[in-house]
Amino acid sequence: MILSVRDLTVTFRTEEGPVRAIDGVSFDVAEGEILGVVGESGSGKTVSLLAVMGLITDPNAIIGGSIRYRGTELVGLPARALRKLRGAEIAMIFQDPMTALTPVYTIGWQIAEQIRAHQKISARAAMDRAEELLAEVNFPNPREALSRYPHQLSGGMRQRAVIAMALSCNPALLVADEPTTALDVTVQAGILDLVRRLRDRHGSAVVFITHDMGVVSELADRVMVMYAGRIVEKGARSELFGDPLHPYTRALMGSIPPLTGERPRRLPAIPGSPPSLLRLPQGCSFAPRCPVRFEACEARPALPAGARAAACFRVEEFQS
Amino acid sequence: MIYAILRRLGQMLFVMFGISVLVFLIFFATPGADPAARIAGRNASPEVLEAVRHSFGFDRPLPVQYVLMMKKIFITGDLTSFVNRGWKVVPAVLDAIPVTLSLVTGAAILWVVLSIFIGLVAAAWRDTWIDRGLMALGLLGISMPVYWLGEVMNLLSQSRYHDTWLFSWVPPLGYKALSEDPKGWFLTLVIPWVTLAILYIGIYGRVLRAALIEAMQEDYIRTARAKGLSESRILLRHALRTSLIAFVTLFGLDFGALVGGSALLTEVVFGLQGIGKLTYDALQSLDLPMIMATVMYASMFVVIANAIVDMVYILLDPRVKTA
Amino acid sequence: MSDTTLSTAPVPARKGRGPWARAARRLWQNRSAMVALGIFLLIVAACLAAPLYARWAGVDPFQSTLDAVLKIDGVDVPVMEQSTEGLGLGYTPLGPTWNLKHYFLGADNQGRDVLARMLYGGLNSLWISAAATVLTLILGTAMGLAAGFFGGLTDTVLSRILDVLWAFPIYLLAISLSIVTLSEGLKIGPFVIESGSLWLPVIIIGIVYIPYVARPIRGQVLALRQSEFVLAAINLGVPGGRILWRDILPNVATTLIVFVPLMMALNMLTESALSFLSIGVQPPDASWGTIIQDGQALLYTRPWVALAPGLAIAVSVMALNVFGDGLRDALDPRSKIRLGRD
Repeated sequence: MILSVRDLTVTFRTEEGPVRAIDGVSFDVAEGEILGVVGESGSGKTVSLLAVMGLITDPNAIIGGSIRYRGTELVGLPARALRKLRGAEIAMIFQDPMTALTPVYTIGWQIAEQIRAHQKISARAAMDRAEELLAEVNFPNPREALSRYPHQLSGGMRQRAVIAMALSCNPALLVADEPTTALDVTVQAGILDLVRRLRDRHGSAVVFITHDMGVVSELADRVMVMYAGRIVEKGARSELFGDPLHPYTRALMGSIPPLTGERPRRLPAIPGSPPSLLRLPQGCSFAPRCPVRFEACEARPALPAGARAAACFRVEEFQS
Repeated sequence: MIYAILRRLGQMLFVMFGISVLVFLIFFATPGADPAARIAGRNASPEVLEAVRHSFGFDRPLPVQYVLMMKKIFITGDLTSFVNRGWKVVPAVLDAIPVTLSLVTGAAILWVVLSIFIGLVAAAWRDTWIDRGLMALGLLGISMPVYWLGEVMNLLSQSRYHDTWLFSWVPPLGYKALSEDPKGWFLTLVIPWVTLAILYIGIYGRVLRAALIEAMQEDYIRTARAKGLSESRILLRHALRTSLIAFVTLFGLDFGALVGGSALLTEVVFGLQGIGKLTYDALQSLDLPMIMATVMYASMFVVIANAIVDMVYILLDPRVKTA
Repeated sequence: MSDTTLSTAPVPARKGRGPWARAARRLWQNRSAMVALGIFLLIVAACLAAPLYARWAGVDPFQSTLDAVLKIDGVDVPVMEQSTEGLGLGYTPLGPTWNLKHYFLGADNQGRDVLARMLYGGLNSLWISAAATVLTLILGTAMGLAAGFFGGLTDTVLSRILDVLWAFPIYLLAISLSIVTLSEGLKIGPFVIESGSLWLPVIIIGIVYIPYVARPIRGQVLALRQSEFVLAAINLGVPGGRILWRDILPNVATTLIVFVPLMMALNMLTESALSFLSIGVQPPDASWGTIIQDGQALLYTRPWVALAPGLAIAVSVMALNVFGDGLRDALDPRSKIRLGRD
């Protein structure tokens, strides 16, 4: 396993009391696999991966549990040691390419900066490497793109630049946080294709965060569904899509937009809205929106161990 | 970019025109008294009054008066003082410029360097006692009247502690020209520089800290962290670099305003014969032509300085360049 | 940004707590802001008590008393001492006695009680800065609202006027306005302001800072003008004046409240500077600025004449600034509100 997360908790101290954004999340990522993490916004999918990256800088956040990268415990690791991993072995791509790059430096400068932060090479060599990377992510004119400022590129091109930067040190693990959400549909497909090709070529493991079930069904080897700070279902892609166990997963499937053909005006939405983390229901957090809830849902269903599992009392009834 | 610069130049010309009209209206069209009497000063004889009335065209319509005044100030430069008979006003203003520039430039170097340092330290140790202490000091600097601080400085360095090792090097008040006596120039200006800089260190330190903290919330800072950069590099290369754009703009405005008259109080307290002191002396003797000239020249300087700053800004921020 | 904004996501307010009550609670819990407010109110109270103090100490702060003789511990002390330095021609006023009953801070060069003058002068300083603040806020808000809401030609004309005022160095503008009104006063139609009136500095200070208020307000109104509820109101045919009054003014109210203490601090410094330059408060009236100017000649012999009012200004301005920052944090936790070029 390249990454093992056990009982991860992230709690924020707020004016209104502590808010548990992540509540006992455990998962593994194998070398070279693509893990899809799905959920609505506020479900904790980004926070849990930011915790893995050590990027939660809010002084009011408390992180508990264990995060092991190739056997090294990351929780409580000194900042300097963590920095050595970050950007070199574990890289991250963010949601909004418009704001993810520093506006006052050129693309080439920003890629070279990351390379030189981790490798002892000359500025010239770093620039050459940056050019190769831009070519690899299909920049039409990589040499010229080196001297471009972020605002001179389109959103899709900026995201490619961010990906090139993330790949600059050949990371073993790539965390992609909704990298296509802010982009046009046509551009999305290209980026997804790029992520898959890069995995195939470099053998990096990828954690792909998204709220879009359609993207996951295209890309992921394994899928994990999150709701209100917990994992509610996990399994291999074919299992999960062939036979969703949790009512929430089923509801999400109903909201898959077709990747091809005309998109419907309005996707069927899940009734209700995700609960406020300040006032989570006592039992199953999905119960208030669940079409099949019953008395047992007053208690909290646990997520059983194993590669294929769902946190729901009616799992057996749904299994076909 | 050319278009942006041309537009800015057009705007500058408009503001210059607007200010000249405003000055003109204030001096000649404010209801209350005969403008000729104001120009000629107290105890002017009827003959002088009549001459002034004719030479400024007070018997003609306002637009003509405006043109006549502009001609006297900017073209022929033959505006004369009535308090100090025959003293040509425009050369006096030009003579005072190097003094003001010396004062403001030195203070500016001090305040820019120190406020960047303070802003960085406060932002890096945000919400600790270091931050709170520095910000409280900054606030104190902003809250003191600058001329009063100058008096306190004089009291300490010229009188109370002048004979101790601390201030024995301080020369008497006054200005020495840089070309004639570089050492004297430097020594006489040290205390005024510090005095003037203290106010601005307070302002700029606080502004920079706020800008840095805001910048540190940006997405690109998270990207920089994800790249594995050190916190100091993130602060200096990413947050500071983007925060400096606002800082530079503010600096240009204040530098221009100081040269154009806001250094007045400091000049008065330290007896430096700059533009501000010239205005002040004219104010004490109600020498209207002199005030008119200093106000006009100084505000023109400010407007030009502001325009230059904006153009530098266009060059500095890649986002504006191609927009 | 998606899930990370969670910690700052709006949390439903507790029942019965409006935004104002929450702001008031935050302000109340801000210790430094409350201390600053306390100090400022104390200064205001002391200045209001000026006549009481003058009567109690038996001094007239507006009357020269060059030949007065004071009894201190049974010894006769002249308020103006014959100078012992130089030719012995000059007089040096009495230094601080540090006794509240008489000449606590000493006398100025007309033999007047400096502490009593400071209290009276403080009243003028406070009054002028407060009145100028009100004037600036009214004029600035009116201009900002009109420019932002009506747009078009109104906006162009008002914005250009603001540009000119903005570029005009504050002190030069104030000096220009002062010098023409100083000797003759101001006559606008039926309104006549005498040359020694405290209204002159109020008007001058009120005018020079208009852009500091009008510009941010205009920007805010421009943004509000595009907001859904205003667009909806316009489409429904609600008259413009009513939209301004009902929808826009309440939304800029927060900004205006935050401006009050910050503006007042700025005005207090400006008033003192103008008075120091002898174009603010005119004798025989006093303000902290004029007393500092009086003290300038006595700086090396009787420094307290100049030091004390300067300290009073610094403490008041600092208190106003600290309270203003607290007010901003309470009303506008993301601190987007900025005064002028601050």
